[in-house]
Amino acid sequence: MSRKPKQKAHIEFTLNGETAEVAFAPHKTLLEVLREDLNLTGTKHGCELGECGTCTVLVDRKPILSCLMLGLDVEGREVTTVEGMNEGAQLHPLQETFADTGAAQCGYCTPGFLLVAKELLTKNPNPTREEIKEALSGNLCRCTGYIKIYEAVELAAAKMRGESVELPKESVYGYE
Amino acid sequence: MIPTQFDYIAPATLDEAIQLLADNAYDAKLLAGGHSLIPAMKLRLAQPAMLIDIGRIKDLAYIREEGGQILIGAMTTHYQLESSERLKEICPLLPETAGHIGDAQVRNKGTIGGSLAHSDPAADWPATVIALNGEIVATGKNGERTIKADDFFVDMLTTALEPVEILREIRVPLVQGRAGQAYTKVPHPASGFAVVGVAVNLSLGADDVCQSASVGITGAAVKAYRARGVENALNGNRIDEALAQTASAHAADGVDLNGDLYASADYRRHLVEVYTRRAILKAFAQAK
Repeated sequence: MSRKPKQKAHIEFTLNGETAEVAFAPHKTLLEVLREDLNLTGTKHGCELGECGTCTVLVDRKPILSCLMLGLDVEGREVTTVEGMNEGAQLHPLQETFADTGAAQCGYCTPGFLLVAKELLTKNPNPTREEIKEALSGNLCRCTGYIKIYEAVELAAAKMRGESVELPKESVYGYE
Repeated sequence: MIPTQFDYIAPATLDEAIQLLADNAYDAKLLAGGHSLIPAMKLRLAQPAMLIDIGRIKDLAYIREEGGQILIGAMTTHYQLESSERLKEICPLLPETAGHIGDAQVRNKGTIGGSLAHSDPAADWPATVIALNGEIVATGKNGERTIKADDFFVDMLTTALEPVEILREIRVPLVQGRAGQAYTKVPHPASGFAVVGVAVNLSLGADDVCQSASVGITGAAVKAYRARGVENALNGNRIDEALAQTASAHAADGVDLNGDLYASADYRRHLVEVYTRRAILKAFAQAK
């Protein structure tokens, strides 16, 4: 497969389980193609240089930085964005626990965290706090201080394992 | 941040890529994982007229053992190296180093070949490839050649690759006998790049006598280098804490160290010595 787009590139790939076809200027990153040409604005612009993780999407089920991947590079691949996390009207357990625990404050970094956490829980349904920290270490959050995010992931993991769990009291009311 | 316009071509075979590069050597850049090149293009530090994406070429991502060597395809991602169970057995320094690179997202897309060809002075791989006495296989219109890691890193962001050459493979000799390997690093708190990174590869005989030591250091100078002074101090001697201390004092011998906002040259010298000592002792502990 060899090609040399003159003006617009035209590609086909799987986006949130559906076939997507899109034409765009070849220099665009996947992030820009998703937001500007496919109107999926859940994925956010952050540092644009691969430091902050806020543009993370899943490509072939692995978290990657959409700001450092050309749109052209996803031809034939499978992409999942935050818009593809829910099952119909049912939110993903991570989306529920992020809302319940206050793991999303301003919410800007949340789509990236959700997708990385989703992939972590697929690989490892019962991660330790350390494993969660390591997996999420590529994502920056300037609001929460991360504790709520770790708790939300632990809670979602427990829910997904079918365990009944309650939020720790200090997580809802804070420390005395 | 938007790069300048470029033509994009994704050849299906290595031969096609070689031809494309031969025809456009001074206008084209090869795109591997893109985690160095795309940021550079966004900052307009790089403005190639053409990108040749080698990511669609089959069989450039592999880890094999052949003829006493480990062969690693240029497009092998950091994650593939980090997660290889076989490498953890036969050459643990490779997965250990990979685990230090960036974050999970970076490791899922960034490649060892791209990192080496970019030759960032603070990248992790150069130290390890030097410490493992590795070789780089470069291929191009004039045929194929192997370049020793020691000769590969020429200057800041500059390698021995010719403009018409593609880094195709990395080769690392399989370690024989009793050996210990370790990588120690001071990561920059924002970027995760190495302020200092030290890779040590020891081969030990009876009574903990060091038969051969190989030490690569990155982050400290304009390019990764071999710390010969440390190797000479270790070779033929029995390794213990005292020897690690005296040997590591040579870690920056004859090297002009970088100084920047985060770490002055003097501070880097201190870090290089401390992290070399720690890497020696960690590698030694692994060999036990």
